[in-house]
Amino acid sequence: MSVAVELRGICKAYGALTANRAVDLTVDVGTVHAIVGENGAGKSTLMRILAGVEVADAGTVRILGESPARPTAREAIRLGLGMVHQHFMLVEPFTVAENLVLGHELLRAGLLDLAAARKAVADVSAAWGLEVPADARVEDLSVGEKQRVEILRVLYQGARVLVLDEPTAVLSPAEVTRLLAMLRRFAASGRTVLIVTHKLDEVMAVADRVTVLRRGERVGDLVTMQTSPAELAHLMVGRPVPMPGNRPDPPDADPAIDESIAGSASGGSGASAGARPAILTLDGLGLVAGGRSALAGVSFKVGAGEIVGIAGVIGNGQSELLDVLGGLRAGATGTVQFGGSDRVNLLTLSVAERIRAGVAHVPEDRADRGLVADFTVAENLMLGKLREFGPWYALGRTAVRAHADAVLERFDVRPRDPEAQASTLSGGNAQKVVLGREITRSPRLLLCGQPTRGVDIGAVEAIHAQLRALRDAGVGIVLVSAELTELLALCDRILVMHRGRITGEFLAGEADLDRIGELMLGATAAPAAAGIGGPP
Amino acid sequence: MSAFLSGVFLLQLLRIAVPYVLAALGGTFSERGGVINIALEGMLLAGAFGYVLAAHASGSAWVGLLGGVLGGEVVAIGLAAAVVRLRADAIVVGVGLNLLALAVTRFLLKLVWDSSSNSDRVPAFDADNSAVGLVALVTNPVFLLTVTLLALSPVLLNRTRFGLRLRACGEHPEAATSVGISVTTYRTAGVLLSGMFAGLGGVWLAASQHQFTDGMSAGRGYIALAAMITGRWSPLGAAAACLLFATAEAVQMTLQGQGTGIPTQFLQMLPHVVTLVTLVGFIGRSRAPRALGKAR
Repeated sequence: MSVAVELRGICKAYGALTANRAVDLTVDVGTVHAIVGENGAGKSTLMRILAGVEVADAGTVRILGESPARPTAREAIRLGLGMVHQHFMLVEPFTVAENLVLGHELLRAGLLDLAAARKAVADVSAAWGLEVPADARVEDLSVGEKQRVEILRVLYQGARVLVLDEPTAVLSPAEVTRLLAMLRRFAASGRTVLIVTHKLDEVMAVADRVTVLRRGERVGDLVTMQTSPAELAHLMVGRPVPMPGNRPDPPDADPAIDESIAGSASGGSGASAGARPAILTLDGLGLVAGGRSALAGVSFKVGAGEIVGIAGVIGNGQSELLDVLGGLRAGATGTVQFGGSDRVNLLTLSVAERIRAGVAHVPEDRADRGLVADFTVAENLMLGKLREFGPWYALGRTAVRAHADAVLERFDVRPRDPEAQASTLSGGNAQKVVLGREITRSPRLLLCGQPTRGVDIGAVEAIHAQLRALRDAGVGIVLVSAELTELLALCDRILVMHRGRITGEFLAGEADLDRIGELMLGATAAPAAAGIGGPP
Repeated sequence: MSAFLSGVFLLQLLRIAVPYVLAALGGTFSERGGVINIALEGMLLAGAFGYVLAAHASGSAWVGLLGGVLGGEVVAIGLAAAVVRLRADAIVVGVGLNLLALAVTRFLLKLVWDSSSNSDRVPAFDADNSAVGLVALVTNPVFLLTVTLLALSPVLLNRTRFGLRLRACGEHPEAATSVGISVTTYRTAGVLLSGMFAGLGGVWLAASQHQFTDGMSAGRGYIALAAMITGRWSPLGAAAACLLFATAEAVQMTLQGQGTGIPTQFLQMLPHVVTLVTLVGFIGRSRAPRALGKAR
């Protein structure tokens, strides 16, 4: 069997951060090879070096037996390597056809030959069953369609080796299945596929071999048939890990922190919302954003001590829902009743008033909205509660310090250094800081977006434990997550959103992964699902 | 009212519009590539000076034209070097270049002509003075060049490989890089095009007065920038906005000539008020190139 990709001794450092340390990799032609590792393990960097987008500090690259003359993307493409990037490399206002030919334009009489470009789209689409409209602007396509355009382009460029960086992160379960099947077809046609992922079930499903990276080093190179998710996770983290999502979720097994209330609330998991006093009641929530309907007729209740999960393919209104509830987006219609005896319409309150009323918000975009990157951890932990730290004209250093120390201790943030810059924290620790700040407000309602996106496996468990403890302490939680396993593991109820509407509702015990997947893709609600469309 | 419908008014309008159109087209190429170009003002001024200097030295308007383009390019090279190569902030560099162009032309004015206000009279394209009005305008090589460039710009930007790649660099430079396009090369080319266009605008300014006067670009680069935004970064849209601003200026001048009793200071405000109002009205609805002002 000949070799498709050969990397030898690849080293790459960004300042003090070592992304790759003497990494070797050999991939045979006609195989699917997975690269796994935690966030920050250097998977993407390695693939970007292979694709000529980044230049290695040391080491050699060979693609289909040839060394690139120069470390450029053009050269890698010439040698037959195409990369589907995690963040799509598509020019949004361009059409599919224009994106396809960009860099390899077809010309006629010195001008762009767009008719030929359209025909190229049609040809490659037909050959692989990847249907995309050639004249549509990329910005109007769904995420799954954009990915198909990326794959189409790579095929159009004549790639024999395809590199896909976290291709499934943005897809619904059905789309994932479809993509993985296509990758097998590529391999069967004599092409070679490298797939970067941190989802081990995908590795087990699709890969022939798997290489594990940890902190920039290769720590394993295994035949998929001869390994297990548990072994891979062990290699990724460096210690044994309980596998997330694969275990049942009895509430009494939760590592409860607030034990005084945990006892009374733990029996509630799986019961319907009606059993608890509602802390949040949405009625006909609607929002028009950018000329289209982002939310329409969204009605549901969240009980005190209940986690309500929102499932959906990214971009179906979940972000807007959190923004509206958190007060970051104005213009919503409908009502949002919040509180018990002190009911208020949340939509009439400013962000500050919402916080005072007991709403906490862990935004989806941690780096951009959750934290101020240039502030220290202690400063970040003060945000939204400055009055606790002194009179209006000054901040009490000792109070700030004590608060920070307490949060870092309680939420096990590493390093335990209040003066560390927020931008230097790993994903997991940064999320713990955000969560710690919000939880220590003692909220009655927590809005939580993608709590474990980009968070390493070890920290995921800790964050889940915090959310369960909060639920058991009587806090209502709205949880938006792209990870269905996470929703299944945490939620008392799961709502499915599609195009800004709630299209399905499942109690924890009854949730059916396939059915949720169908609804996420826009299948109409079947009578099997309970309480469709929210409360009456 | 009839004053505004006359051929004289229309000619005046077109004459005023030429430097705006050229600078706005130049700005379009720079910004569609992703480089904010506030230095249009300096390019106009350097273009005007380059024309006068070259025409003065050679006695030929045609050599002057080349000198004017070169003047615009000097500023453009400064912008490209600092912003595209060295990744400096385009606003800071642009303001700096505008101030530098103002100072250097003033200095050279003193050096060459020993004057703090204007140069000697230099030849221009209408030197024989036999043709007037419409004939003078449509036989003016710079005017013809402007019309040609205006017609070619949308084709260059939208229908050629160069244009597609330039726009890709302005929208998503990483995507351009990933398919092997050199963002540095294309952005530099976009900036150099803007230097050529705006330099030519300067040629028009100086040639129509047969001389250089201190600070003669008089904010036209900024108005062209506003026109480009109002025209949504499209060549024809920018040109249309330039015609609007030129109309306001022509109206102002005509009203002044008629003696309406309105203080001239108010009349002179008209083009700027129109600029401001249309800019405020349009800016919300126009979409800038996504990577405008971003390194990559």
